[in-house]
Amino acid sequence: MSQVKTLFKEGMWVNNPALVQLLGLCPLLAVTSTITNALGLGIATLLVLVGSNITVSLVRNWVPKDIRIPVFVMIIAAFVTIIQLLMNAYTFGLYQSLGIFIPLIVTNCAIIGRAEAFASKNNALLSAWDGVMMGLGFAIVLVVLGTMRELIGQGTLFDGADLLLGPWAANLRIEIFEFDSQFLVAILPPGAFLGMGLLIAAKNVIDAQIKAKSAPSTESEKAPRARVTSLT
Amino acid sequence: MKLTMASSPHNHNHKNVSKLMLTVAACCIPGIIVQCYFFGFGVIVQLLIALVTASLSEACMLKIRNRPIWPTLSDGSAWLTAVLLAISIPPLAPWWIIVIGTLFAIAMVKQLYGGLGFNLFNPAMAAYVLLLISFPVQMTSWTMPSELIAQPIGLIDTLSLIFLEANTAKQSLISAMVTVDGTTMATPLDTVKTAVSQNLTVTEAMSGKQFDELAGIGWAWVNIAYLVGGIFLLKAKVINWHIPLAMLGSLALCAAIGFIIAPGSQAGSVFHLLSGATMLGAFFIATDPVSASTTNHGRLIYGACIGLLVYLIRSFGGYPDAVAFAVLIMNMTVPLIDHYTQPRTYGHGATK
Repeated sequence: MSQVKTLFKEGMWVNNPALVQLLGLCPLLAVTSTITNALGLGIATLLVLVGSNITVSLVRNWVPKDIRIPVFVMIIAAFVTIIQLLMNAYTFGLYQSLGIFIPLIVTNCAIIGRAEAFASKNNALLSAWDGVMMGLGFAIVLVVLGTMRELIGQGTLFDGADLLLGPWAANLRIEIFEFDSQFLVAILPPGAFLGMGLLIAAKNVIDAQIKAKSAPSTESEKAPRARVTSLT
Repeated sequence: MKLTMASSPHNHNHKNVSKLMLTVAACCIPGIIVQCYFFGFGVIVQLLIALVTASLSEACMLKIRNRPIWPTLSDGSAWLTAVLLAISIPPLAPWWIIVIGTLFAIAMVKQLYGGLGFNLFNPAMAAYVLLLISFPVQMTSWTMPSELIAQPIGLIDTLSLIFLEANTAKQSLISAMVTVDGTTMATPLDTVKTAVSQNLTVTEAMSGKQFDELAGIGWAWVNIAYLVGGIFLLKAKVINWHIPLAMLGSLALCAAIGFIIAPGSQAGSVFHLLSGATMLGAFFIATDPVSASTTNHGRLIYGACIGLLVYLIRSFGGYPDAVAFAVLIMNMTVPLIDHYTQPRTYGHGATK
């Protein structure tokens, strides 16, 4: 039970693949120009991660150590192909707007990292839970970054949500500000880097505050004294 | 009586940060006056907006960071950033352009990295690039030189164009541009670039009405004014000769080589030296003591590479002017340049 809790904390915060491990930055920075794109890629990555984690965990005792990485990549590629075909069939608009970044999930280091670091050493159930948490942690960061960039760049939220969720979702589009000219930098890749940097900084600030609260330094700060003579 | 002996060296050059910054800002004055003459009062209005925004954002950031506000603010570095940004953007750009730019320069590029002395990039140029890629339309509509406008833009119209984005006749800057007696037009660099991409020769492009023999009307004088200001800076020993000379030399050399190889599609050295932000960049921007190289050999390499990049981006890149991009790219290489150009310590490592 405690391990389940640890995995939850690890994936969502302590060892978040996007904010702490900084893995999978390429799709993270490239597709987060709108919430819809971010959510689409987040869900796709989540599904692939859960699938690959379960499968890797199931076959872990039969895969020779020397060739485990190619085997993991094959497993991940198989799941990515499944997701790609599904998206092509059911969310064609999103499939087109994400483009090359769907097949590129294969090369997302966050996925192979979990396969190598966790799934190849633990049982299937725990691995599945790890995949869910890591995938969710990644997807949430994607969505937060997508929200920031869409809001600053175009002043809207959920623009093009119908591509992901079907025609009814077209009404979800909210126009918060109206600009005469878009703030292009937020939509272009530099905005992704800036937004990512700010998110990581925010996480570090929160961590520092939690640390300061949980361990209030009772002893008064002593003046640091450098020892100049050796003890012996 | 207390006798204190500080460690050597004991002589002092009587320079402090705020004096240096004020000298640099003062040396911009000839350029600003010429800009006012050719492009109207807009630049003064932009300067004021930028100074106010810079002071406020610097004060807020210092407050958040628990730093003393007045001692840091009064070193003048934020004001210099504001001045440099305000004179680089089009004089009639809407007010929020300069506000966003100054905010970004001070809050993100300077204070988030730790304030003066810790910023990797030149704040004014990082903000300029942010504005250029975000608002290409507003950032490339320069006012026409006053000699070419039948009716110069008055003070009221200037203010109204900047703050309300429309002149007193309710025309926006863009719609005023497309009408016959337009008030804005592409810069000379932009004009030449567009013409060359349409298979015209540079000579044909420069037969337009906004050119005289050497470069664009107005622009040549603006550059000469910044050259004068820059020579004052050199005289006052605020900057070293290495960066400006290396930058201008390499830009002139590259342009001359390009002109010899392809005189039809490449503008000559004089045009490059007297267009866009060349002189402002060489003397006021590339020489920023924080983000530029700090060794003498390094400064020569740094300046020469900026000149080369300015030429390459102007001639083959997507944007008409390149000083900001070149300076930012070279800012990134400064640690490497400094590492490999460290001067020999006196008394150590001499070759026999």
